Amino acid sequence: MTTIAAAHGRAYGYGYGYGYGYGELSGLMGLMTGDEKHGPAATSTLDVLWVLYDRVLRVGPDRMSDPGRDRFLLSKGHGPMAYYAVLAAKGFLPVDLLPGFGSYDSPLGHHPDRVLVPGAEIGSGSLGHGLPIAVGTALGLRAQGLGGPAVWVLTGDAELDEGSNHEAIAFAGPAGLDRLHTVVVDNSSASHARPGGIAARFEAAGWSTATVDGRDHEALYAAFTTPHPGRPHVVVARVEPKTD
Amino acid sequence: MDTMRDRFAPVVSRLLDEDARVALVLAEIGAAAFTEAQARHPDRVINVGIREQLLVGAGAGLALTGMRPVLHTFASFLVERPFEQVKLDLGHQDVGAVLVSAAASFDWPAGGYTHMAPGDVALLDTLDGWTVHVPGHPDEAETLLRHAVAAGDDKVYVRLSAQSNAEGLAVDGARFRTVREGRSGVVIAVGTMLDAVLAATEGLDVTVLYATTVRPFDTAALRRATEAAGTDVVLVEPYLAGTSTAVVNDALADVPHRVLGLGVGRRELRKYGEVHEHIAAHGLDAQTLRERIPGFVA
Repeated sequence: MTTIAAAHGRAYGYGYGYGYGYGELSGLMGLMTGDEKHGPAATSTLDVLWVLYDRVLRVGPDRMSDPGRDRFLLSKGHGPMAYYAVLAAKGFLPVDLLPGFGSYDSPLGHHPDRVLVPGAEIGSGSLGHGLPIAVGTALGLRAQGLGGPAVWVLTGDAELDEGSNHEAIAFAGPAGLDRLHTVVVDNSSASHARPGGIAARFEAAGWSTATVDGRDHEALYAAFTTPHPGRPHVVVARVEPKTD
Repeated sequence: MDTMRDRFAPVVSRLLDEDARVALVLAEIGAAAFTEAQARHPDRVINVGIREQLLVGAGAGLALTGMRPVLHTFASFLVERPFEQVKLDLGHQDVGAVLVSAAASFDWPAGGYTHMAPGDVALLDTLDGWTVHVPGHPDEAETLLRHAVAAGDDKVYVRLSAQSNAEGLAVDGARFRTVREGRSGVVIAVGTMLDAVLAATEGLDVTVLYATTVRPFDTAALRRATEAAGTDVVLVEPYLAGTSTAVVNDALADVPHRVLGLGVGRRELRKYGEVHEHIAAHGLDAQTLRERIPGFVA
């Protein structure tokens, strides 16, 4: 039987997923959703994820047991199709797993589970857990003398409503966790917010901050690679307001 | 006599010296006792401030990098306040940690209900894979702390208390001890309840088992005890009454049996005062146990 994924693999000329480009991500997401086109809400994280995995993170399917790898923690576990598409494109998981998305025997749930998803550093879904875990990851790497690996965590703007994030933000700045990075994908989905409020809260806690267009790959790359000696770094990536 | 908590800092400080995997995470409470250890191991003695969700989340992150985190604060703020972090950041992430609590059910009665956690063990019972140690004496606490940290990447809870039995017994981090043998009932005394249970059962023809590790529950020891003493079982636990009743029922599911679960009552007393007053209010003093136990096993 020819699976949809296999057909896609042939169409793109690739087997396991290595070598997929940004242009193929929509097709990979389509394997999960059955749609050819995806609205902004479904893909708010897509460009951020792509730039990180394509150009910033020192990770790979062959490095998941390497203590020196960078760590990417997807805290905003809602809407993980873009994440799975990027993991598939980068060879962490086989493309033919994508059509099973959400089914009983699939490792790919509507919220990711690190025990099941190759390449996932944490399971998420309940909001506000990734940043505190990322703080501990940065502390653990520091305690073991591993000064190289960067720790990245992706949250949503509304996810920052959860107070647990603020425990982590307020600690990480004064603790000087300069290997810790947060990217906040801001699609204006928080019910109660003030303009500039996200960056201001990180800045008040001593973080280095940058606010950029979350669809502009060069701007994202520049913000992701900005030096921030002695301080953790946050990138607020602004995308279209959530509409659904 | 020193307390279990007095032993905690020296024991964990030594473990920090001995094993580079060990990291201690605190949320202010208890930090003063680790000043020297923090000077020796500044990256492995971490005080996150009064932030208990971060306490557990950061512990999970440490474990994800391969370390053996020890997390400590009062039971109310270690298990109850960040319970979802305990459930998800440890259990769901499939990593381990050693949670060491202080203040127990009512170690500081004048502090009121905010600092009482009789439900901690029952809460952990809703989760899979936890080992729960309930020492009854500082010597036992020391032994069980060492067992907990040495237990690979297991999830382990060590419940320290300011209360204590007069003498410590040899404990192995797994099995119950048979303290007294009889033929008309089995009384299981957990942790700090042992002295009161022994006083209350003096002269009664009952077997007394002493439990300092309650999860996993030593089902085999209970089954052996019932062979001679019958299947009337009384549990005396220093936390929420009935916490282990279901475990005992499961252990004896294939034989007729009766179980009486004694422990801390669910009702909020709204009383301050002293520990002995709360023990009496919950019916856990030797005199009250002397009335309740024979009435059940007779």
